[in-house]
Amino acid sequence: MDGAHGSARLSGISKSFGAFMANDDISLTLAPGSIHALVGENGAGKSTLSNILYGLIKPGSGSIEVNGKQVSFDSPRQAIEAGIGMVHQHFMLVPTLTVAENIVLGSEQTALFRPLPMRNLERGIVALSRRHGMEVDPRALVSSLSVGGQQRVEILKILYRKARILILDEPTAVLSPPETEGLFGTLRSLAAEGRSIMLITHKLDEVLAVADTVSVMRRGRLVGTMPAAAATKVKLAQMMVGRDVLLRADNPPGESGRVVLSIDNLNYATPDKRRRLQDLALKVQAGEVYGIAGVEGNGQSELLSILRGTRDPEASVSGSIELEGNPLWSLTPDRIAALGISIVPEDRLKNAVIPELGIRENLLLGRHAEQAFHRGFGFDRERLACETERLVSEYDIRYGAEGNPPLSSLSGGNQQKLVLARELERPGLRLLVLAQPTRGVDIGAIEQIHRRIIEARRKGVAILLISSELEEVISLSTRIGCLFEGTIRHEFSEREVLRGRLEGSGFEKEIGLHIT
Amino acid sequence: MTPRNLRPFIPIFSVLLALGLGSVVIAATGTNPIEVYLRMIRSTFGSGYGFGQVLFRTTTLVFAGLAVAVPFRLRLFNIGVEGQLLMGSFAAALCGMALPAGVHPLLGVPATLLCAMAAGSLWAITAGWLKVGYGVNEVISTIMLNFIAQAITGYLLTNHFAVPSTVHTPAMVPGATLPGFDQLLGLSWHAPANLSALLAIVVSSATAILFYRTRYGYTLTASGLNPEAARHAGIDTDARILWAMAIGGAIAGLGAGNLVLGYKHCFESGLTTGAGFMGIAVALLAGAHPVWILLSALLFGWLDYGGLTVNTLVPKELFMIVQAVTILCIISFSAFFRGRPAK
Repeated sequence: MDGAHGSARLSGISKSFGAFMANDDISLTLAPGSIHALVGENGAGKSTLSNILYGLIKPGSGSIEVNGKQVSFDSPRQAIEAGIGMVHQHFMLVPTLTVAENIVLGSEQTALFRPLPMRNLERGIVALSRRHGMEVDPRALVSSLSVGGQQRVEILKILYRKARILILDEPTAVLSPPETEGLFGTLRSLAAEGRSIMLITHKLDEVLAVADTVSVMRRGRLVGTMPAAAATKVKLAQMMVGRDVLLRADNPPGESGRVVLSIDNLNYATPDKRRRLQDLALKVQAGEVYGIAGVEGNGQSELLSILRGTRDPEASVSGSIELEGNPLWSLTPDRIAALGISIVPEDRLKNAVIPELGIRENLLLGRHAEQAFHRGFGFDRERLACETERLVSEYDIRYGAEGNPPLSSLSGGNQQKLVLARELERPGLRLLVLAQPTRGVDIGAIEQIHRRIIEARRKGVAILLISSELEEVISLSTRIGCLFEGTIRHEFSEREVLRGRLEGSGFEKEIGLHIT
Repeated sequence: MTPRNLRPFIPIFSVLLALGLGSVVIAATGTNPIEVYLRMIRSTFGSGYGFGQVLFRTTTLVFAGLAVAVPFRLRLFNIGVEGQLLMGSFAAALCGMALPAGVHPLLGVPATLLCAMAAGSLWAITAGWLKVGYGVNEVISTIMLNFIAQAITGYLLTNHFAVPSTVHTPAMVPGATLPGFDQLLGLSWHAPANLSALLAIVVSSATAILFYRTRYGYTLTASGLNPEAARHAGIDTDARILWAMAIGGAIAGLGAGNLVLGYKHCFESGLTTGAGFMGIAVALLAGAHPVWILLSALLFGWLDYGGLTVNTLVPKELFMIVQAVTILCIISFSAFFRGRPAK
């Protein structure tokens, strides 16, 4: 059957929001049977383009052809009818319904009060998922599925609607390495039947691993399209940013000193008796980066909450955790900060900033107790403004507006740089804990953030780096601990890490074995 | 969205539009709305008595509005101002009764006000404690606490403290009362407006300073906007909740300064006339900004007393509709002009 073949041609698409050109004269062809990656920094216009193809946004000018026919969508419904399906970054599933119910939701094709032929549907879903290597139980509740499982349901949902052109927006952002592998297998199998797949991402490794064609966008323009086989990471990064980018920050070995943080026999069990940390032990020395590699959900959040003093009071914990011999147990977050511990949490918007407040007020957050900022009952506003200006220029934090714009007007990368600046500049900094420090941050900003981290290390700060990006852990860490199910399963010494850094993907695979 | 330079006029447009719609209601009953509004203006701002009455009502509403605004800084809805005001008033009346007859006002007034604040505070902090300790929604708890306050004061009044065959407590000692403006300035308004009006301005300014100029205010703002981030930043958000409720309740209690110390000099059944509930609208119209609350309370106070002065032209029930329609319009018009917040 030829029914799965899909192709699309976008010609001369432009779209502006006010004075901002989100898409400027973009022409792109999605060929049947191929995976077409669309890469670019945040705000380059990838999402706008995919939303235009999916009928969520009307283009200002330009035309779209789907399967050889000129189309103009007023809503996603028409795009779906034309055979286009999209998997959004944030899933659109009903958690209290089963997998099968979610898949048919919205296209039940029975009379309103007739029961659904669930048995048949389930059989069909199992067959479809098997064919493309997606294990999923149609009767399971969506709320019981892992993130990867939910993504499979999203893909099945659009396949059930006979999509022939699939758009996936940052599909691997939430997946573990093996899940990512599984997804790529599925994508290849879907493409092999003639479907056309548009993969939006900013992870260049993935592009090279799975895509047939790559298009790079920068500031609303398409800067180039090439076969993936002809692309290299360095070249793509350079096209995305518009200048040469150091993909791996220069990281000369340093002198490690006394033990700053020492964790021993750390156990953590949730109130419903689930063990999140089991006999966790590690030491972080002054002047080193201790990298914790691991798939999310293996105890990272719990470890962070203990370090921060915000752990669930009903969780049961035991073991020892000390900063230069002083126990950190039962200290409140303000006392911990006063000891010279800075923490960059994994969820920036939730835990590290207040988007509605200005950048100055955000620079104060968590450092508002420092006398240097005080005057009378209030704050020394001049001093705060000066300090903000200094950090903004030193850390290259960029924003459009003058004065003190709300933090929400900054891009994610600049917000993260601001958080990092605030935490790195804490007086008497001894221990810096970084959780996913470059998540959702552009390549250009990642480079700067990494440089800052290495600089802090060379100044003698002890750094604990928690990241699910292996590349990041390898390029920054002095030693690496592989975290699996709440325990350090394997530790790579400084020598091994130095050797591994030269080795490339082989070392990543080796670490991968210890964390899955 | 409205252009930025028009923003400050939004409340004024809203008030005008609301008055226009009120006119329609009045005209529908066959009365000339212009005559009604003119009479209202004449009898309120045109006479000392009328002005004093408006000022008196405004003062209570300023306290009530601030009592809502402080917890609202933490995104807490203090629906319990009525109960806090009742408890504060009752405590003030009892304190004023119990003081020795010859007490000096500089001692008697602060003592009585402190009693009122403590009682209001205690009532509000109960809701705060239920919220912090057990996660009980403050809207529900403050509403229930209103009922309890109503019942407690009613019971104590009728069964223990009322002067026989009346519905009020015995008069306070002179040293526990606040002088009216007549007495202070040698006027002959014969209106209940009293020194508390100045106290209201002081408290509103102090609240503005607390919100916008102190470190504590910063931690309140942070806890309200993003409690999770505030906790991570070392701010004890639970303590902030307790304190915000306590401060709000204390300010509600200060309303007794106007009603009891300044006017009635005793606790009387029906004393508060729902001012605590009106405070919610006062605060919301002012966007919970302490200084705007002064203006917003003035508008509500004017509508409240102005309605009474036009009784001969418009039946009381009808004017209640006009009042409510006006308030509803102002709130929805200002929301409309500001544009809907982007989702």
